[in-house]
Amino acid sequence: MNARTFFFVLVAGLLTLGIFQTVQRHVAFDIPWLPGETRTIWNIDAKIDFDANNGAVSASLTTPERQAGYTKISQNAASPGYGLSFLDDGKTQKAEWTIREATGKQTLYYNIQVLEDPKSLDQQILEMPALFEEQYEAAGLAAGTVIIKDAMKTSADAFSFTREVLKQLNAESPNQNVALILTGKTNKTDVLIALLNGAKISTKKVGALLLEDGRRRQHLTPLVEVFQEKDGVISSQLFDATSINSVDRNNLLLWDQSGKSLLELTGGSDSKVSFSMIQQEQPALSALLQKNENEHLFNFSIHSLPIEDQSLFKGILMIPLGVMIVVMMRVLIGLKTSGTFMPVLIAMAFIQTSLVTGLVGFVLLVAIGLFIRSYLSHLNLLLVSRISTVIIMVILLIALFGVLSYKLGLTEGLKITFFPMIILSWTIERMSVLWEEEGAKEVFSQGGGSLLVAVLAYFVMSNDVTRHLMFNFIGLQFVVMALVLLLGSYTGYRLLELRRFKPLADKE
Amino acid sequence: MFFSSPFKLRDKGIMGMNQRNSGYIGRYNPRKLYPLVDNKLKTKIIAREANVTTPALLGVITIQAEVEGVEQYIKETPGFVIKPAKGSGGKGILVITKVENGRYYKPNGSEESLSEIKRHVTDILAGLFSLGGSADVAVVEGLIQFDNAFDGFSFEGVPDVRVIVFKGFPVMAMMRLSTAASDGKANLHQGAVGVGVDITTGAAINAVQFDKPVKYHPDTNKELALLQVPKWERLIYLASSCYEMSGMGYLGTDMVLDRDLGPMLLELNARPGLAIQIANGQGILPRLKLIESLGDDHGMTVEQRIDFCKKHFSQNSPKLKI
Repeated sequence: MNARTFFFVLVAGLLTLGIFQTVQRHVAFDIPWLPGETRTIWNIDAKIDFDANNGAVSASLTTPERQAGYTKISQNAASPGYGLSFLDDGKTQKAEWTIREATGKQTLYYNIQVLEDPKSLDQQILEMPALFEEQYEAAGLAAGTVIIKDAMKTSADAFSFTREVLKQLNAESPNQNVALILTGKTNKTDVLIALLNGAKISTKKVGALLLEDGRRRQHLTPLVEVFQEKDGVISSQLFDATSINSVDRNNLLLWDQSGKSLLELTGGSDSKVSFSMIQQEQPALSALLQKNENEHLFNFSIHSLPIEDQSLFKGILMIPLGVMIVVMMRVLIGLKTSGTFMPVLIAMAFIQTSLVTGLVGFVLLVAIGLFIRSYLSHLNLLLVSRISTVIIMVILLIALFGVLSYKLGLTEGLKITFFPMIILSWTIERMSVLWEEEGAKEVFSQGGGSLLVAVLAYFVMSNDVTRHLMFNFIGLQFVVMALVLLLGSYTGYRLLELRRFKPLADKE
Repeated sequence: MFFSSPFKLRDKGIMGMNQRNSGYIGRYNPRKLYPLVDNKLKTKIIAREANVTTPALLGVITIQAEVEGVEQYIKETPGFVIKPAKGSGGKGILVITKVENGRYYKPNGSEESLSEIKRHVTDILAGLFSLGGSADVAVVEGLIQFDNAFDGFSFEGVPDVRVIVFKGFPVMAMMRLSTAASDGKANLHQGAVGVGVDITTGAAINAVQFDKPVKYHPDTNKELALLQVPKWERLIYLASSCYEMSGMGYLGTDMVLDRDLGPMLLELNARPGLAIQIANGQGILPRLKLIESLGDDHGMTVEQRIDFCKKHFSQNSPKLKI
């Protein structure tokens, strides 16, 4: 009784552990229950062109930082001959190219992949950017002071003040102060920053990139980030100097938040930076994995292995399901199979070959193998060498099928090489002995049983949903284990026994 | 309906494969004793020590080099059987019923050449018939001259009696008669006829072939109800004493009747099948439960155990409840 209780505690423990781990992974890492959900990834190229001045060149490009709506997945750069480093001084991130000697036209490429990620947030602002000293010409200073005064009257805080200034700057018929301050200046953004600075409001110039699928030779849109401190909390808003409306951050990637310059170039001239981008839909899972690679969250999971080994595990982690099918078929149904787990191996071969090709190939191979094996019966050979002969024969048959189907233009036939040859040979040997001893009927019943179980296992193991679940939720392995344990303690009748004992049950 | 209801089977006390495996074989048959039962040579040795009669041992071939010498064991005999020591389910048993001028004949009259016999021995040694394919030895035994009482009841083969011995109690018995369909073998799933036999008297109760009831032997047309196992007392005694000898709690004993030597033990089976229930027309569970209810300290001798079973498991005994 005690051992029994322990058993059920064990099973319940495994079930709880498995389900808990599975749900936890879904909630914590956002791994979807179903495969096929997609996320948007932006693949953006920055191209830097300049003329080198026959000497050492150093170019550093400001790159996007963490921000609301987007998460950086990966970055890389292409630039033959240049030394490359990605710098991060805690405030701004940069890609820096360096070379000892360069002449003529130079082109550098920087590529970044960002994931559209609603969970990502802006970095917390820890300090207000410092105000700067600037000498203004007298006329401009007087006009600016008037504009500031007007705006100050009709505003309550830094943000509303900015809006008031923008209204004046972008008015359809600007007043003379505005006209004066704008003359000779092409850039409203610099004017806005100067005015806000004059009003003792902290600002920062931000370069933003509008994301649009398939766009090329794009440039950053200059925006002004306005800061305000209220009750010890610093907040900021983005403004576009050419419009009164507030900035729509949808599809807007803040590329340059350094507040300085996008590109710092020494040893070159005539530089220009242009951007091109494409939008990609990626399965949610791989997008998440790429995202988390950077964050080391998946360190102790299979996802931390190299891709090659991961794909190996993709197959291995499905085996428990196949094994469970075998257990169910034997314990609950009572099907006879030739070799306990041979059906699982055949099912794995079917996954490689596709079902119909696999079935046809398997039946053909075993049938021809049995035919030839019946001749070997007469040769009075030792068992090991006889099976070895069968193995060689199977390999030759596989080669023959491969070549034949290729010549006939049936490339499907080449997949037959995926069959486990040793297993196939043992199957032929066993079936052959079975045929001699128990007759063809038993061969068909066991062979058919094996194939039926193999096909069932194939459907379960090749299903996209089960593959997705078993690979991404390791906890499900515990659930399968618990179920197999439970099946192991089932002492009731098998389905086929209900048929077998029917005459007995119907007696009297 | 195609399937019977599981509750109906439960009511009849019929044991299923899963229950047999975990409830009886797993519980009462210690794993370490399996080699005694799975290896027919070892069974023979312990049987000899326990004074349980077994067929004569003519020779044992253990290595390939000895295969050529198989002739010395067999050429002077009236007939013989070559079997793998670790074979299962009757696999790899070669029966020669007639030896004439160095020519060998199988029960169905076809000739088996000496080289074919040698190939068979080679196969046995390589482990083709043994459990798990491990290397094996070939055992050559004298042919059993089966009792005239079975004339007409069996076709080309030795009929044997399977007695299920549970903790030393003979709980159920059946006679297995070979047929043309079973190729002289006494395995029910190969087409042998199973005849349920009354524990008290050794008389036939009910007969089946391929799990379906039959009244007459399919090849000889002999009425199976007339079957009566001779020397039943001795047979059931030998079967029951196999418990002490092997230590197995849930044991299938296969007994044969020799014309001259009487009942003898052919082999033991640690995983006896379920067909005996169909042959007897009743479930085995009520009997097993009754024995289990006696506990381990009943202190009964072999004779007392047999008397207990005769009293409770006879056709005339009151019906047992689960």
